[in-house]
Amino acid sequence: MLYFIEQCLNGVQLGMLLFLLAAGLTLVFGIMDLVNLAHGSLYMLGAYFAATFAVLTGSFVLAVILAVAASLVAGTVLEVVAIRRLYERSHLDQVLGTFGLLLFFNELVRLVWGPAGMSLALPIQMLAAVQIVPGFYYPAYRLVIILVALAVAGSLYFVVMRTRLGMLIRAGASNREMVGALGINIKVLYTLVFGLGAALAGFAGVMQAPILTVQIGMGENILILAFVVIIIGGVGSIRGAFVAAIVVGLIDTLGRAFLPDMLHRVLSTNAAATLGPALSSMSIYILMAAILVFRPEGLFPAASR
Amino acid sequence: MTAAADPSIKAATTSPLAPRNAVTIVLLAVLALIPLYATLSGNSFALTLFTRVLILAIGAVSLNLIMGYGGMVSFGHAAYLGIGGYAVGILAKEGIGSGFIQWPVAVAVSALYALVVGALSLRTRGVYFLMITLAFAQMIYYVAIGLDRYGGDDGLTIYNRSQFGGAIDLNNKTLFYYVCLALLLGSIYLVARIVNSRFGLVIQGARTNERRMRAIGFPTFRYKLVCFVIAGAMCGLAGALLANLTNFISPALMHWTRSGDLIVMVALGGLGTLFGPLIGAVAFLLLEEGLSRVTEYPNLILGPVLLLVAIYAHGGIEGLLAGRRDG
Repeated sequence: MLYFIEQCLNGVQLGMLLFLLAAGLTLVFGIMDLVNLAHGSLYMLGAYFAATFAVLTGSFVLAVILAVAASLVAGTVLEVVAIRRLYERSHLDQVLGTFGLLLFFNELVRLVWGPAGMSLALPIQMLAAVQIVPGFYYPAYRLVIILVALAVAGSLYFVVMRTRLGMLIRAGASNREMVGALGINIKVLYTLVFGLGAALAGFAGVMQAPILTVQIGMGENILILAFVVIIIGGVGSIRGAFVAAIVVGLIDTLGRAFLPDMLHRVLSTNAAATLGPALSSMSIYILMAAILVFRPEGLFPAASR
Repeated sequence: MTAAADPSIKAATTSPLAPRNAVTIVLLAVLALIPLYATLSGNSFALTLFTRVLILAIGAVSLNLIMGYGGMVSFGHAAYLGIGGYAVGILAKEGIGSGFIQWPVAVAVSALYALVVGALSLRTRGVYFLMITLAFAQMIYYVAIGLDRYGGDDGLTIYNRSQFGGAIDLNNKTLFYYVCLALLLGSIYLVARIVNSRFGLVIQGARTNERRMRAIGFPTFRYKLVCFVIAGAMCGLAGALLANLTNFISPALMHWTRSGDLIVMVALGGLGTLFGPLIGAVAFLLLEEGLSRVTEYPNLILGPVLLLVAIYAHGGIEGLLAGRRDG
């Protein structure tokens, strides 16, 4: 039972991470109608920035702050230089262009940081385990990820739903020309949204850096997961992304933890050993396909345009 | 320019010396002479490289059928390369070496997979279609990783190429090259016949305005599904060829970036044109190869090139040659 709770927490933690990535992706997707395959590159850059700043400053917290700021800058520059020219193009051109960017960033990282991966050490306080219920300990850092991501999710929801900026963002999503006609500089607004998405992606990379190795291509597989999340949640919906991220995180983690054992009870050892890992890797894609078959616009379709 | 574009396209297709036709003719002539060059110069690497180009061009041609003519942007097309490849690899491992069995199985299994995926995913459109095809391809990718008997993550070596009972020996590199070239030209011819048929016109009509096509009375879903299956079967054949070329299959064959490569080839060459995918495949793979010779960081240049093509050259290389400014 304790193992089950631990795996659930792990699932929520993965879900939170996916949410940070998916939030930016779904904003950019829903508002600018841009398919951005390079979103995973910003996640990767965030992680590399954090590892570098940690070495330079010697402080974990400072490294996190600097890395998020650097991701914001990188995203803003990227938007101004390249991305804004893709908004008006077809999805296919966007896939082509951002696929090029993805190749470019992978190579750039190899040029700057070298082919070997990096690691980011946690400060000593974060290494401890926290007792949640008597007799049940959970790594402090993973708990921090969950709490911080929850806070980010909350403030993001507040910004989008309750502030003037958020109102403009939503207005820009439903009618770009009208917002422009009312005297809002839509270009700056888009740059801002993209920068925000980049900062969130970078932040996700930073948070994940101490758990995984920081390496080239780390953004690619998780990018696909983030796409799955926003498709399940419904493109453009932050609430949908939040729910879908937790569902995907839980299913993926619990599937990996328990599916092989469960298969073991009904199948022979050999078959279970083969089928288990494959089936648990596939589970979220099966979920996505099933949801799309029954709800072709995802669970929470954004208000129709 | 847009108003004048139509006559200029007509002129380009009728005049054999128009730039796009000239390029196509020269390209085909060069492709036909590659084995001669390889034999004379002793450069067998060129032959292998171009065999690979031809095979991936078949994949790009098939993707173009659904993406360019049918408007179905599939981000999971590499799955067929994998299915075709694994069909050959698995049969070879189980002792069935005959190409007369291997290749039809590769095509049939690909078609069956396309039928299932298409039936489910053609209910969605646009970006949702793109993502659901990607999801199915990821599933197949993980299935391949789970196939412990056939190498799992590490892949599987194929010790013998498909045998055609002495009629065709694929170990003869030149012969293998010409088999691929013939199949490529065959697939381009097939696509040409399809898109100019009534069936193809329905497909293209559904791309432009599906609601109107349905209103006229065409069950567009069925038409699109058949088109999707044909493309899948063609790409499955390319997968069987690829496995024969490399004598090796692994899940990497259908990593999602492979599907991205195929999309790049089609978009680079010219979406919805007959020879565009071939031109795109040649341009992309040669650029990749050439850049990796002059620099240690080829993608630092290749990436921005793709970005520039996406931004400025709508219609790809074919579009540039035809002097088109719009899609």
